[in-house]
Amino acid sequence: MSIRRAWTIFLRQLFLLRRSPYRLFALLYWPVMELFLWGVLSMYFHRTGNDQFPFISILVGAVILYNFLIRIQHGITISFLEDVWVRNFINLFASPLTLVEYILGLLFTSLFQMTISMSFMALLAWLLFSYNIFHLGFWLIPFVIVLFLFGLALGILVTGIILRLGPSSEILTWAIPAIISPLSGVFYPTDLLPPYLQFFSKLLPPTYVFEGLRSVVLRGTFDSQQLVYAVIFTGLWLLASSFFMYRAYRTVLERGVFTRFLSD
Amino acid sequence: MNILEIKNLVKTYENLEAVRGISFAIREGEILGLLGPNGAGKTSTISMILGLLLPTSGSITIFDKDLSTRRSEILEEVNFAATYAQLPGNLTIWQNLFVFAKLYGVKEPRKKVEEAIVEFDLRQFRNTRGSFLSSGEQSRLNLAKALLNNPRLLLLDEPTASIDPSTAQTIRLQIKEYIKTTKAGILLTSHNMYEVEEVCDRVLFISHGKILLEGDPRKLPAEHGKKNLEELFITVAREPLALQNQNES
Repeated sequence: MSIRRAWTIFLRQLFLLRRSPYRLFALLYWPVMELFLWGVLSMYFHRTGNDQFPFISILVGAVILYNFLIRIQHGITISFLEDVWVRNFINLFASPLTLVEYILGLLFTSLFQMTISMSFMALLAWLLFSYNIFHLGFWLIPFVIVLFLFGLALGILVTGIILRLGPSSEILTWAIPAIISPLSGVFYPTDLLPPYLQFFSKLLPPTYVFEGLRSVVLRGTFDSQQLVYAVIFTGLWLLASSFFMYRAYRTVLERGVFTRFLSD
Repeated sequence: MNILEIKNLVKTYENLEAVRGISFAIREGEILGLLGPNGAGKTSTISMILGLLLPTSGSITIFDKDLSTRRSEILEEVNFAATYAQLPGNLTIWQNLFVFAKLYGVKEPRKKVEEAIVEFDLRQFRNTRGSFLSSGEQSRLNLAKALLNNPRLLLLDEPTASIDPSTAQTIRLQIKEYIKTTKAGILLTSHNMYEVEEVCDRVLFISHGKILLEGDPRKLPAEHGKKNLEELFITVAREPLALQNQNES
């Protein structure tokens, strides 16, 4: 594997970002809108409901962590779509670039974009709502690691699906992660879900993170057994999505589907 | 020494045999023309040589190395240009060339990119995005990218399609100049028979995934009772079975 080639994929995305202020704007706009909406909603809940309940710590914390997850996934998938839109796959994959190097390059891009949008979001949360995400202390580290790895798995899975089904399935970039929010209880405990959905929510690593966030804010601690489940499920999601991506890529090579990315 | 060696290459899609057991080689310093009507299997063959399409069976050996096991190592010394694979229109000429120079592991990529920009007369477009180029300028850019890594095997899939005769002539001269100064091998497809006669040392005619004829493009028409290469091409396209029977008898 060549880190140089993976870095070149990142460099290509950096060139695009430098040329286009709209891309930079998009990195900041959506997280800020969500933060503002949930922050103000938290203040409203606080005023009209139980003023002992830490709405801001739970809801603003949740929206920041959820955006962290989604930025990682979108960073990978949308960078991939940039190559779909300019019909660049034949040029890329006829070069020495391998699939693993390409995905790694997309991950570098995703990390870079996530750092920009999350730094801005955390700063704004502090300025507007006096909320400091670092108050989660030590627990922030495993939460971020689980969300990062699951975001990576989700990015690989969605990219694999678009690679397999063709460019016209790009809507899945937004549709698949949209299921994560209601099922993993970003803004509410998952025991409020119907029992048949609770089973699915337990398969999603973010469920343990967002339950953990509420537990740390309300009780100051988190059951480490839950963290073990989060790590196990994250590992399984990563393995499954990598296997799916590998199979999708093999199918593309067997069926000559790269040409579909020139015409679909 | 053979640059490229293909043996019994087969590509079958669900109900379609696109390439049916073809074998050929390209020697050092040789330009081989791969000719045939649309759907004959030319692009499938090129895609397999570039690792974009997996063969159903058969082998592809490049620089005496097996493509199926040493893909990245081989492709560092291979490159291609095709009209259907334009470089990204949202990057400038310099950025596009720089990205591909890095992907192909070119030493001193900045210097090499500057040289390519001068050689292919792209100086005035250095900071222009690819999408603003005319088709002739894009063809020059494609060729500049294809020669960035000084490939030992160059694949050109209709490199002059849909461009004016003057630009096409310039590109042909650049191809001939490249082969003269290197010991590379070139596989070229084209529907312009004048171009093929001018550039290729040897041609293969394929139809329905099989090689029907092989030989010197300047002698082949007479050997088959045709006035010129274009007439021979039309026969291959319309009456491939007649030619096949003629060959077998």
